[in-house]
Amino acid sequence: MSEDLLRSLAPQVLTALVRRYGDFDACEDAVQEALLAAAQQWPADGVPDHPKGWLITTASRRRIEQWRSETARQRREETVALAEPPDPEPVAAVDDTLTLLLLCCHPSLTRPSQVALTLRAVGGLTTAEIARAFLVPEATIGQRISRAKQKLRGTRFALPEAERPERLAAVLQVLYLIFTEGHTASSGGALNRVELTSEAIRLVRQLRAELPDDGEVTGLLALMLLTEARRPARVDASGALVPLASQDRSLWNASLIAEGVSLITGALSTAPVGPYQLQAAIAAVHDEAATAEETDWAEILTLYDLLRVVAPGPMVTLNRVVAFAQVHGPSAGLAELAGTASDPALAASHRVDAVRAHLLELSGDGAGARGAYLAAARRTLSLPEQAYLQSRAARLGPG
Amino acid sequence: MKYVVLIYGNPESRRAWEGMSDEQRAAGLAYYQQLNDDLDASGERIVSERLAFPELTKRVSVSDGAPMTTDGPFAEAKEFLAGFYLLDCESFERAVEIAGRVPEASFGVVEVRPVMGLHGPEL
Repeated sequence: MSEDLLRSLAPQVLTALVRRYGDFDACEDAVQEALLAAAQQWPADGVPDHPKGWLITTASRRRIEQWRSETARQRREETVALAEPPDPEPVAAVDDTLTLLLLCCHPSLTRPSQVALTLRAVGGLTTAEIARAFLVPEATIGQRISRAKQKLRGTRFALPEAERPERLAAVLQVLYLIFTEGHTASSGGALNRVELTSEAIRLVRQLRAELPDDGEVTGLLALMLLTEARRPARVDASGALVPLASQDRSLWNASLIAEGVSLITGALSTAPVGPYQLQAAIAAVHDEAATAEETDWAEILTLYDLLRVVAPGPMVTLNRVVAFAQVHGPSAGLAELAGTASDPALAASHRVDAVRAHLLELSGDGAGARGAYLAAARRTLSLPEQAYLQSRAARLGPG
Repeated sequence: MKYVVLIYGNPESRRAWEGMSDEQRAAGLAYYQQLNDDLDASGERIVSERLAFPELTKRVSVSDGAPMTTDGPFAEAKEFLAGFYLLDCESFERAVEIAGRVPEASFGVVEVRPVMGLHGPEL
């Protein structure tokens, strides 16, 4: 309970501090220390009456202590700062999460740095938790965060309105990346890992509370919920991946689906259409089919045709081929797939081999399918996917 | 995304090392130190190690449940693993760029390979 509370308060406390002291870098360190102090003290002493005020006061004190240890020259200013008692419950700024997200996803930072900084400054995760989630050493994440903060030094906290749409698009990409990163099939060792999917959903919910009318923010939340709903069926008891068509749909989370469908239906009828909304709509069509056979593939193909115009990309091209084959048959699908071979982004992708294998299998060419599954298995970088592709090949005959 | 940079030695690179003066070797090691510092600063180095020469290799095989070892030297090996980097970086291109800074790359014996992960896409 208190961990969720801490994480949801983290961005509010940080923005309060930055507004007061100005320097994001030092304030972020102070907030981390305050969060750690709370994580140690609250379970023993109980949650304070004003948890946010407690965190702001504690973080402010840390910030002042840092200041004091920096140089003697600053001693006079700091006395002034100390004399000024921190407000117990400052006026809540409505857009704390958004302001911080826009800063953490600043275009001068690399994508991995944006991800790490977002999880720490907005998500309230510790460096150790982020490192475990990405299976890298703590020092790697620590360096990444401190370098990112150095780069942001001197960046204005408030954002010019004109830059906002572009910067918000980067924020959505980072949040979606956190979600897909968490979409792993690992089973063992998961005990100590923060669920990145839940973390991404929580952050998008927070963002949506501040931007309820943005269709793409709502679309992204719907997409995540509709994907997360299938999670219990994605992996079988042995840890192997289960493809969508073979999943036990009774395991899908009905309330997440209901929420996702309601969100995307609302967004599509009120906001200009965008790529996250279209992907969410596709996920909704899958999730609403009681059996794989009942999937409305014509509807999915229409949505992919739209997506190809709004946000073209190699994965959109390929997924559209799969939908096309479902509507028009595997032979027509194979012809369509051949037409995508000129796309250089797809030429090196194992996914093309995987789709070709699937279509060849459907059209009755077992030997061709087997070869294509094995080719895909050799080229994938995902262990569960490799196991899945090899098992598909093995079903089609001996090596 | 994780990548491993494999640095091989071969007779040519080994002769080059053995033919160096102490100063040259120190300069070579300082170069590596700089590379490591740069990669630590960017947060891209997970771990890197230099390996002992292949004379100290023990080859392990298990028969009837008992491990057996064979000692080197394995003189027949033209190329031997001399060291490695485990990197966490943004793209294959970036990993290749880093590998290009490894001095052994001038002998053409440096490889980059992506690490397989647990990321299971929606099928």
